[in-house]
Amino acid sequence: MIDNKITAAPFPSALHWLRAHLFSNWSSSLATLSLLYLALKFVPALLDWALVRAVWSPHNAALCREVAGQGACWAFVADKYRFILFGTFPADQQWRPSVAIAILLALYALSALQILRRSHVVRIWLVGLTAIGVVMWGGIFGLSYVENERWGGLTLTLLLSTFGIALAFPLSILLALGRRSHMTLVRWLSIGYIELIRGVPLISVLFMASVMLPLFLPQGVSIDKLLRAQLAMILFAAAYLAEVVRGGLQAIPRQQEEAALALGHGYWQRAWYVTLPQALNIALPPLVNTFIGFFKDTSLVVIIGLFDFLMTIKVSLTEPAWTGFGVEAYLFAALGYFVFCYPMSRYCQKLERRAAPGRGIGRFSQD
Amino acid sequence: MVCLAVWYFITNAVENLMARRIASGFGFLGREAGFEIGESTFLTYNASDIYLKALAVGLLNTFRVAALAIFFSTIIGVAIGLARLSPNWLLMKLAAAYVEVIRNVPLVVQLFFWYAVITESLPAPANALNPVPGVFLSNRGLAFPVVAAIFPVALEYPALTGFNFSGGAMLSPEFAALFLGLALYTAAFIGEIVRAGILSVERGQFEAARSLGLSEAQVMRFIILPQALRVIVPPLTSQYLNCAKNSSLAVAIGYPDLVSIANTTINQTGQAIEGIAIIMFVYLTISLAISAFMNGYNQRIALRGAKA
Repeated sequence: MIDNKITAAPFPSALHWLRAHLFSNWSSSLATLSLLYLALKFVPALLDWALVRAVWSPHNAALCREVAGQGACWAFVADKYRFILFGTFPADQQWRPSVAIAILLALYALSALQILRRSHVVRIWLVGLTAIGVVMWGGIFGLSYVENERWGGLTLTLLLSTFGIALAFPLSILLALGRRSHMTLVRWLSIGYIELIRGVPLISVLFMASVMLPLFLPQGVSIDKLLRAQLAMILFAAAYLAEVVRGGLQAIPRQQEEAALALGHGYWQRAWYVTLPQALNIALPPLVNTFIGFFKDTSLVVIIGLFDFLMTIKVSLTEPAWTGFGVEAYLFAALGYFVFCYPMSRYCQKLERRAAPGRGIGRFSQD
Repeated sequence: MVCLAVWYFITNAVENLMARRIASGFGFLGREAGFEIGESTFLTYNASDIYLKALAVGLLNTFRVAALAIFFSTIIGVAIGLARLSPNWLLMKLAAAYVEVIRNVPLVVQLFFWYAVITESLPAPANALNPVPGVFLSNRGLAFPVVAAIFPVALEYPALTGFNFSGGAMLSPEFAALFLGLALYTAAFIGEIVRAGILSVERGQFEAARSLGLSEAQVMRFIILPQALRVIVPPLTSQYLNCAKNSSLAVAIGYPDLVSIANTTINQTGQAIEGIAIIMFVYLTISLAISAFMNGYNQRIALRGAKA
């Protein structure tokens, strides 16, 4: 028997696999057969629509109209891709947002690989974000100045989410520390802020920034729409991140703090050198998860009319040539967000498995 | 310092309001709204009604879509969670793919997508799909019969008149897209919670119950679920809260929920502070109500003597 198992031919083992995983009992067999039936019924028609009869070449809106209903119109994407990537950034300068995106992706990769010391990571992020600001705005080093009303598309989505998280993070640490503080006023202000923001929808915070904030500034001072939205996103993200950081802080044994106190360290030293590094390490998976949620949430700026990735697609659809191809356009939008979120969520699952080996192996799962 | 900052902002606001001649206070609620609302639940509303009533219509619309989405997302979510733990490989992978796709695409994109599917891919009312007698599916929404009299039982059927249906009841494309998007989106998150809850029950429990002669369904019903619920309920609460808050995305596809009507009100009256205060107050109340309800339920199913 043992010999048999080791030298088993591929064919019987494949049969075994099928039997164990697809036909183990009558209900499982029934499920398999009905799923296969549905697949046979719908998948060929779907592929026919999405690939075989689809229109791919740009400037072909007329052809799209002819096959409407039978073939997908990807010509829309082929035609509008520059607008979807860069918004209305001047056409001859579009290498600049490309460079900005490349810097961002490099920053993500460097942080995810965890090959650098933490202090270096902070410095590299500061340098990277400054470089992005220079490339996008210009005005120095011979680059022409581009006002941020012209930023848009995928570039804007990436910038909003990255700067949002990068600036919300320090604020969230202060809020998390504040919520655990012994000073009653600080504690209550932190709790009030966190719970207020978490209790209301992001849209209401965005509305607040777009219509209410101008009222609270002195007369004559105005902040443009993009910065107001960015500010709202930062304030919103900070409340959610603060709860994640607090979760990490709660997981640190109290003795750590007491030992540091016994060594004569002050409050900020204890937080900076002892508790926070451990807490952030523990809280890394939920932090990445919050970032994914935040990245998706940037799509809400559509509602206050900023030209992010989703809005450029929505606006392109209002052109007479492309009205009525919403299904294709939003499938493409979904794909665009998925391409960024899915790798992040896989990375997060990897971190979780590493943090808790043994957990995540399912009781009912196969092995 | 905080007090100084608050004082500074308030004085700025007062100056700005004076300069722009915007009234303050909630007096505007009693004035005529002057705009139509596409659909209304329970209340009959027309443009000559006051703002307060318009906001009430919005609030009821929010309740209607949020309650239905929460109910159906729980059913779909439990099914997805169980499917992810199924011994059937195909079913398990399919459920996993569903969860990954739905969770990694923003809800607004999904709402736009469903709205486009309904308004662009479905036929016009004249050639509406007619899956069941009396039910018509078209790009104007879903028309279905309603009970017109209870005794003797009489159904009122929708009928095509001109370019749309009359009689019966009608679900608008906006409502349908929002409901579908919200329910499917929340279900993916609930599926993961259910899965984690069931996985948290020791394997021995399952084996012991099976060896006592209980069937798989009985084990699930009497042994696994009661224990799993203790793990499931707290995160489920926050999903319900998220669903209620996410219903505010209605404004993106034009379903007249509270946020959308408050937004119109702000645009007409200029009273942004009051409008946003109303939105925030309502959502905070809904959040607190849902979490109070779920905390009560949680205490009922928690272990006796354990700290809830």
